Amino acid sequence: MSPVWAVFKRELRSYFVTPVAYVFIVVFLLLSGWFTFFPGAFYETGQATLNAFFSFHPWLYLFLVPPLSMRLWAEERRSGSVELLMTLPLEVWHAVVGKFFAAWAFTGLALALTFPIWITVNYLGDPDNGAILTAYIGSLLMAGGFLAVGACISALTKNQIVAFIVTIIICLLLVLVGTPWVLVFFSGWVPSVIVDGIASLSFYTHFNSISRGLIDLRDVVFFALLIGAMLYANTIVLQLTKAE
Amino acid sequence: MIDCQGLTKQYGQLCAVDDLSFKVEPGEILGFLGPNGAGKTTTMRIIAGFLTPTSGKVSVCGFDVETQSLETKRRIGYLPEGAPNYPEMTPASFLEFVAEVRGLSAPVRKRRLDEVINLLHLEHVLDQSIDTLSKGYRRRVGVAQAILHDPEVLILDEPTDGLDPNQKHEVRQLIGHMAKNKIVVISTHLLEEVDAVCSRAIIIAHGKILADDTPAGLESRSRFHNAVSLKLGNPSALDSVRAAIEALPEVERAEIDPSSGRLTAFPAKGKLPLRPIGALVEQNRWDLAELHLESGRLDEVFRTITGGASA
Repeated sequence: MSPVWAVFKRELRSYFVTPVAYVFIVVFLLLSGWFTFFPGAFYETGQATLNAFFSFHPWLYLFLVPPLSMRLWAEERRSGSVELLMTLPLEVWHAVVGKFFAAWAFTGLALALTFPIWITVNYLGDPDNGAILTAYIGSLLMAGGFLAVGACISALTKNQIVAFIVTIIICLLLVLVGTPWVLVFFSGWVPSVIVDGIASLSFYTHFNSISRGLIDLRDVVFFALLIGAMLYANTIVLQLTKAE
Repeated sequence: MIDCQGLTKQYGQLCAVDDLSFKVEPGEILGFLGPNGAGKTTTMRIIAGFLTPTSGKVSVCGFDVETQSLETKRRIGYLPEGAPNYPEMTPASFLEFVAEVRGLSAPVRKRRLDEVINLLHLEHVLDQSIDTLSKGYRRRVGVAQAILHDPEVLILDEPTDGLDPNQKHEVRQLIGHMAKNKIVVISTHLLEEVDAVCSRAIIIAHGKILADDTPAGLESRSRFHNAVSLKLGNPSALDSVRAAIEALPEVERAEIDPSSGRLTAFPAKGKLPLRPIGALVEQNRWDLAELHLESGRLDEVFRTITGGASA
């Protein structure tokens, strides 16, 4: 396991020696705050919950995760450092997992730094802190799903911009297919089994219940399986493309 | 030992490496020579475990590169072409990272880090980002990374590219020191480097081995091998001197380079013209400015062997 840990540390440290980390965190905090108070109407609803805060997370990640994930492998392949990494005595999956967890830990840090909103809601009212914790875990899981998809796409190209755009499009689809608008569009003329099937592929659907504090094992399994499958695909993609 | 058997790497229609077979024993410093695009880098990447060959087998220290890749990678130190690394890191944190992935225990790690930092004179740039380093320093960081774990096999793709003459000299010395009981494979397009560090040279072009010999053996293939060149203090006597030398049975013919006024006498097959020419000089009391015995010119051999193959 030691190579995974070494890759993890190197990767995580590399976020903080460039301005990327700080820009990401600041933008993440500003946007999550703005969404909560304005479109989310945190005050006006008059409820001691963080629903307004969490309900925008799929959209937030949609635009903030691709810039983070695009460089994971594309940059490594462009600069040629992938040759160095892949000739060190480690398995490809060691590097894939190490990098993924570094990006995930970093996103987790950004998420943790939203704690003032939790303090605020506790100051203003008497919220269900268990539900809030559940929602935080759900949000982190969803971020992991976005990142795993983005990392895999990043391994397919040497061009970060291509990785960015493709990741946004695929993640947009993964979110959209579960939203009420899409489901309304399908319901009525498509058998409900298929509508449910489409909805069950969506980040939106699986995050929706967790974000209200309801832990359903199926949602957790969905994200865990998605992350696992994407990392597996990432490993295979990398073995095929690393030397190109 | 490195053992390559029937190594072939095909990129679509292009055959980068074509049925290459060779062995390298401990103690040897093997130089890969060849025009650009000859397949040097591809071969090294296969040995280092970065590329999978289309067909053929490579074993390093008895382990198969494909099926036992971790075992072989542990024993190999590898400097990829262009010495890529992580530009945002410092040499200190980069070497620390490599040591950790290689699983060096803490005391060994500290000792080896000190050693390679000393050896490659990296003390002053340890905490500067690699981004800001000169090409020479970056290359040295790459070499440091490759020798960090004191590997049995060292594979260096153009280790002195971009270094100044002093740094080249130092890296070559380092390679020479490292080589005892180890296998070193370097690629280069500098022929003087082969002479300076290698005990054996393989010339490849279009993915095929064209020559496999010692540097001296390669030089002896040159038409300059054992040729004698001389310059006179008084160039006007050059023509008569030439006639006298060409009359010797040991000399096939003599040429005069009009720009430098140097006369080169090429030996007849299997003959050594130095002594008879020396005797002529004594006898006729020629006003001699220079007299050289040529050992052979690698660049000429290289051009002859790879003739037309330069891509």
